[in-house]
Amino acid sequence: MDPLVTFCLRMGDTTLILGQQTAAWCGHAPVLEEDIAFANMGLDLIGQTQLWYEIAAQTEGKGRTPDDLAFFRTERQFLNAQLVERPNVDFAHALMRQYLFDAWHLPMQEALCESGFESIHDLAQKSVKEVRYHIDRSRDLIVRLGDGSEESRAKMQGALDALWPYAADLMATDEVEETLAAQGVLPGLDRVRTAFEAETAATMSRATLEIPGTGHARIGGRTGIHTETMGYILAEMQSIPRSFPDARW
Amino acid sequence: MYAQLVETGAAETSEKDREFQAKIDRGVRIEANDWMPEGYRKTLIRQIGQHAHSEIVGQLPEGNWITRAPSLQRKAILLAKVQDEAGHGLYLYCAAETLGISRDEMTAQLLAGKAKYSSIFNYPTLTWADIGAVGWLVDGAAIMNQVPLQRCSYGPYSRAMIRICKEESFHQRQGFDIMRQLCQGTEDQKAMAQDALNRWWWPSLMMFGPSDKDSVHSEQSMKWGIKQNTNDELRQKFVDQTVPQAEWLGLTVPDPDLAWNEDKGGYDFGEPDWTEFYEVLKGNGPCNRDRLAARNKAWDDGAWYRDGLTAHAEKQQTIAAE
Amino acid sequence: MSKEWPLWEIFIRGQHGLSHRHVGSLHAPDAEMALKNARDVYTRRNEGMSIWVVESNKITAFDPDTAEQNFAAPKSKVYRHPSFFEIPDDVGAM
Repeated sequence: MDPLVTFCLRMGDTTLILGQQTAAWCGHAPVLEEDIAFANMGLDLIGQTQLWYEIAAQTEGKGRTPDDLAFFRTERQFLNAQLVERPNVDFAHALMRQYLFDAWHLPMQEALCESGFESIHDLAQKSVKEVRYHIDRSRDLIVRLGDGSEESRAKMQGALDALWPYAADLMATDEVEETLAAQGVLPGLDRVRTAFEAETAATMSRATLEIPGTGHARIGGRTGIHTETMGYILAEMQSIPRSFPDARW
Repeated sequence: MYAQLVETGAAETSEKDREFQAKIDRGVRIEANDWMPEGYRKTLIRQIGQHAHSEIVGQLPEGNWITRAPSLQRKAILLAKVQDEAGHGLYLYCAAETLGISRDEMTAQLLAGKAKYSSIFNYPTLTWADIGAVGWLVDGAAIMNQVPLQRCSYGPYSRAMIRICKEESFHQRQGFDIMRQLCQGTEDQKAMAQDALNRWWWPSLMMFGPSDKDSVHSEQSMKWGIKQNTNDELRQKFVDQTVPQAEWLGLTVPDPDLAWNEDKGGYDFGEPDWTEFYEVLKGNGPCNRDRLAARNKAWDDGAWYRDGLTAHAEKQQTIAAE
Repeated sequence: MSKEWPLWEIFIRGQHGLSHRHVGSLHAPDAEMALKNARDVYTRRNEGMSIWVVESNKITAFDPDTAEQNFAAPKSKVYRHPSFFEIPDDVGAM
């Protein structure tokens, strides 16, 4: 597969699966204000997904649409980072998952603003504003709840312990990113990892939370190796188009 | 419809009551700190509360299908609609709070099964076509009720309704658009659309509340500018507006008694099953228990979150004071 | 029952040049979260350039029962209204 297509799917699949998980909270969040905020993030993520998929489909040139990419690919063809498919165990997990994603997504979009590829450059210019807003909110909640009550700290620490190992998958790169860097489509991405580490270290310190020791990083999503929850997410998401393959919606 | 079974009772007739009525008759808005009869205050708290609860519970039957929406665009549109409903609930709770009740108190009443919400949200969304039917019929009925409420005598409620109506117009259109796509689609899709209409038609008619002749005393509500139209008036208007839309879609309204009446310039239609209506309001509809269980779970599971944020804010206040 | 978050009144300036308008209220544990929540709740359709939040119990208002003495225009002081004076047409716009 064309490295550009692969890269766009890595990005778009990640925003789609996270958007899907985030949207599930509307109507079930702890307060109305959070139902609204989570829906807001879900909408931004689905919007970004459509943009990534449009670039992928156009580059691929096989006549597939963004909906084809979302609803008719299988688990081993999805290239999202494993972090975003981790389940909605509770709201603490949802918040921690969102923050870890944002901590990577912001420096990533800032880097993409330097892309030599016009569509990606434009996408990044638009998305970076949304992501700045997301991280402002998600970071703030990590600090408030970490340094909140005993119970909220325990919940946030539990979520951090469970999710930290999967954050590494966001930053897993290979010859795809190297090739695109050589072509001027992507800048070097080391700065993204550096920024992520600095951001999370500072926030967890203010939140009085402890980052688990490294050594158990979970990766594989970028090459279609997922966790057991991925199958269920796709089964739910894709069920209607797959049941009526000739229908338009 | 948010005042399903809200009984106002007879009003007192003191000097203040007469001045108050005169204000309303002149079209002057009543604001939060103005003197008002206890009956007016109580009726509004119950009606606005029921309206707010309806928006909140109303997130659930449609929220059900966000993760299964069959295209990215439909997913985004449905998510935006359900988000609007949360927002509308919030505006309405805030309007009710101006009358001296807190949002948490109202939430507790809802969760304990002591407060009512519109009967319609106790019906299940069984297929994707239900999402179309709900937007088309349920939001259609809601808009019919909400537009006149923009002129309600109580300022905060009227302003909340103005805000809500501005945001509401796309809700009905997105539902109708889903139905249109289905009715112009495959045989399976057309059948799905007809099946959804069959199940949602009568509950939508019931949304407007019992027949005027069987209604609780709502004359006082109308005198006080809280209720603008009678149940039967709105129901008739809804049928007259919606039947041609069903015909345009190529769907059959599931009412054998439906017939155009040239003399009255509107449709004659059958009588809803009022036994079913009262059972649903009593808590015996298909989804009452599920809806309340979901709202209770969200509340209980979220306690640590609300308390954690309160704890943080208090810690910061203490630090600031030092 | 746990402690309820305080109530905040929200004021939004929709466009440059306009003043802030009261749009409604919401609950939040403190001012900063009230601001963030206001953005999500009251500017979903890009309606805001500037948001003020004020805790509801910090607002002071006239008692409506004293409205008559506070807000009645004194009928004798009509000269405050522009229509009181007749300006000849050839003076120009005034």
